[in-house]
Amino acid sequence: MSETALELTGVSKKFGNNLANDDISLTLKKGEIIALLGENGAGKTTLMNILFGHYVPDSGHVTVMGKKLPPGKPRAAIAAGIGMVHQHFSLAPNLTVLENVMTGTQSIWSLFSNITAARQKLMTISKRFGLLVDPDARLGDLSVGEQQRVEILKALFNDAQILVLDEPTAVLTNIEAERMFSTLKDMARQGLSLIFISHKLDEVMATADRIMVLRGGKSVAERETSATNKAELAELMVGREVKRPVRDASMPGNCVLNASDWSMRADGVDRLKSVNFHMNEGEVLGIIGVSGNGQSALAQLLSGISKRSSGTLELFGEQVGNLTVSDTVKAGIARIPEDRNHEGVIGDMAIWENAILERLSEYSKNGLVDRKAGMAFADDIIANFDVRGATPTRRIAMLSGGNMQKLILGRNLMKPTKILLASQPARGLDEGAVAAVHERILDARRNGAAVLLISEDLDEVMALADRIQAIVGGRLSPPVDVKTANARMLGLMMAGEWNTPNSESNYAV
Amino acid sequence: MRFERREQRTLFLVIAPPIIAIFAALFLSGLLIALAGAPIFEAYGNLIKGAFGSRLAITETLTRTVPLILTGLAAATAFRAKLWNIGGEGQLYIGAIAVAAISSQFLTGVPGIIQIPILLIGGAVSGMMLLLIPLWLRLRFSVDEVVTTLLLNFVAILFVSMLIDTVLKDPLAFGWPQSVPVDDEAMLPRLVSRSRLHIGLIIAIVLAVVTYFIQSRTVFGIRSRAVGLNATAANFAGVPLGRTLTIVAVVSGGFAGLAGAVEVMGVQSYVTTELSPGYGYSGIVVAMLANLNPIGVIFAALFIAAMFVGADSMSRAMEIPTYIADVTVALSLLCMLVAVFFTQYRIRK
Repeated sequence: MSETALELTGVSKKFGNNLANDDISLTLKKGEIIALLGENGAGKTTLMNILFGHYVPDSGHVTVMGKKLPPGKPRAAIAAGIGMVHQHFSLAPNLTVLENVMTGTQSIWSLFSNITAARQKLMTISKRFGLLVDPDARLGDLSVGEQQRVEILKALFNDAQILVLDEPTAVLTNIEAERMFSTLKDMARQGLSLIFISHKLDEVMATADRIMVLRGGKSVAERETSATNKAELAELMVGREVKRPVRDASMPGNCVLNASDWSMRADGVDRLKSVNFHMNEGEVLGIIGVSGNGQSALAQLLSGISKRSSGTLELFGEQVGNLTVSDTVKAGIARIPEDRNHEGVIGDMAIWENAILERLSEYSKNGLVDRKAGMAFADDIIANFDVRGATPTRRIAMLSGGNMQKLILGRNLMKPTKILLASQPARGLDEGAVAAVHERILDARRNGAAVLLISEDLDEVMALADRIQAIVGGRLSPPVDVKTANARMLGLMMAGEWNTPNSESNYAV
Repeated sequence: MRFERREQRTLFLVIAPPIIAIFAALFLSGLLIALAGAPIFEAYGNLIKGAFGSRLAITETLTRTVPLILTGLAAATAFRAKLWNIGGEGQLYIGAIAVAAISSQFLTGVPGIIQIPILLIGGAVSGMMLLLIPLWLRLRFSVDEVVTTLLLNFVAILFVSMLIDTVLKDPLAFGWPQSVPVDDEAMLPRLVSRSRLHIGLIIAIVLAVVTYFIQSRTVFGIRSRAVGLNATAANFAGVPLGRTLTIVAVVSGGFAGLAGAVEVMGVQSYVTTELSPGYGYSGIVVAMLANLNPIGVIFAALFIAAMFVGADSMSRAMEIPTYIADVTVALSLLCMLVAVFFTQYRIRK
């Protein structure tokens, strides 16, 4: 048996009331690749931040090569041979590859930088692991895949023996990802130890020697890759009984919105790839998936703030082009943005101004704002939606997240609503506010609105949705009926494992 | 020490900061006056006398206030929408030269009642055109307007310098580089006889009040504020970013151009490259001192004009450099920035 490179012992970390890591232990052997698998919020990133010294654990400790690391000291972690490759690179685009790699390795007091030696070292490492990049290229000119190679090289340049990669493929194309995983395997063969964080079953199965599944801050299972399969992992990852609370049966009415073959390309990236979905009156369509898989693009298209590259939209039975914001407001499409503080409200403006901002034409005459009517509207929302601590003239930033969300709901739902688009409507809210928001969404459904619920929270989707689709890498799975859904099926869907459309039996494992 | 956002801004918190800032600045520059070897209170006494001590002093101060109100409004309107128009100086010069050109070339002899409005509009439009270039660059190519507006100042002033040395050169000016004067009919009526104070003061104050009304009561006012405070949320709410910023630029550049027009038609009657002692830049200080409030701009402009006029006579009487005025103005701006911070936050231990 080979020697132990890294050992985490009984690590716990609490943020407020949220136990992000609960007594997690992990052993990494020399030359081994371990994958940490889990949904968003399972505690993967927290654990890695503790390992790297960014966070101080409440209890437990980290041991590298038999030596205990002082907690909360990233420098000590680097010195001990731990290298971190972040999902969002910590590189300077205006420097060359070589300069980026050298950053942080030299004392600022040294008069001469030893460029020749550094270049030599970089070239050696780069050859040894097959990570080829031009050391004199400006980082900003490189592709994302190449930039990641630089990020890895930077860790190796600091003599890392243990590499931690946080969702390394999130930003890569498939070919780049494949190439990277073969590099990683090669590194492990040469004696490096690796931990990578992922929620993609495919790459975990293909690359890791051992897999640890985290859920709700706990380590729920550890499996040798050879002794498990995707279906088991999917079930472990989602874990809990996904139960549907009792509520009125849905009585889907007419189809109000039909999107076919939607694609969207922005900043050179395909955000959506030929996506199909439709929405019926009195029905909630839930879109599940780990964030960053195209949810924002989908919400933006329906909110009228971006344009699709191709595809058609049928709204209330009529073909329409790209929507604008005023189209959506006029058509009775209520919009709840995913980021209430940045998109939903303007913190330094009064509550009444925030209430009418998207309906200024309705609340003005000849360019003059009808303050009185605006205030009255705000008062109505505050009364009907139980917005606590609010008066129309107060700055909206003074409201708590839940009350802010109630105000956003109110400014939409006080008006006739045919379609409700809710992106992560309960994210970051306390339980009371979550219940209130959910109640409003079900109210809208009862009143015949077609609801699109985009959420990372499976429980939320199970509680509210009638049909569920998963979004993965910009593609949408075919819908499943919530009554037939189970943990394994949803886990597989979120991992992008669906075969042919139009058949729910494909999910049965 | 931690800072916490204040819940609500009372009227006191709106009015107090500039006053506190001004006194703090006067105190700090008092130390400099003492360092220069002059008695502080006597020096400030001379300064106040120089600015307000006589009929002539008052009218001079007010005459200087006029362009500062207009450039102050130019900066305040733009900054509110986070359009960083640093090009007030260039826009002022373009407005001024446009007035001289139009009046002397096309409108000679046209009665003032017709000619003056045409020229005022012409000056404003010219200033606005100069700001639309950087705006277009920003909207189309995301070029930072701080750089473009600032650099266009030099382009504009050199362009004016070229015109007054060539096609618009006054043949009767003994070779001095100055433009042909505007038509006599184009001169703004005096507000006070035997002084340089002209009705530009009324125009500027009325415009400040109108701007205040527009910003607080109209759809455009709310939209431009929304764009400045949070462009993402404004976009989500359907505020047309490009169109709103274009109107903001039109108004802002218009004010700066008007400042140049009024200065020529009210005071100088011709254009030289010394028309403005930095009114365009001082307008930025005026706007910040007023916390971007158009009514506040009137008082901030008065303060700065008084500092400059008063400092002249203070330096003559006390033999200390007039630069003290520049220092005080700069200090008042710095103190204001600190004061404004404390109107929004409170200290919590």
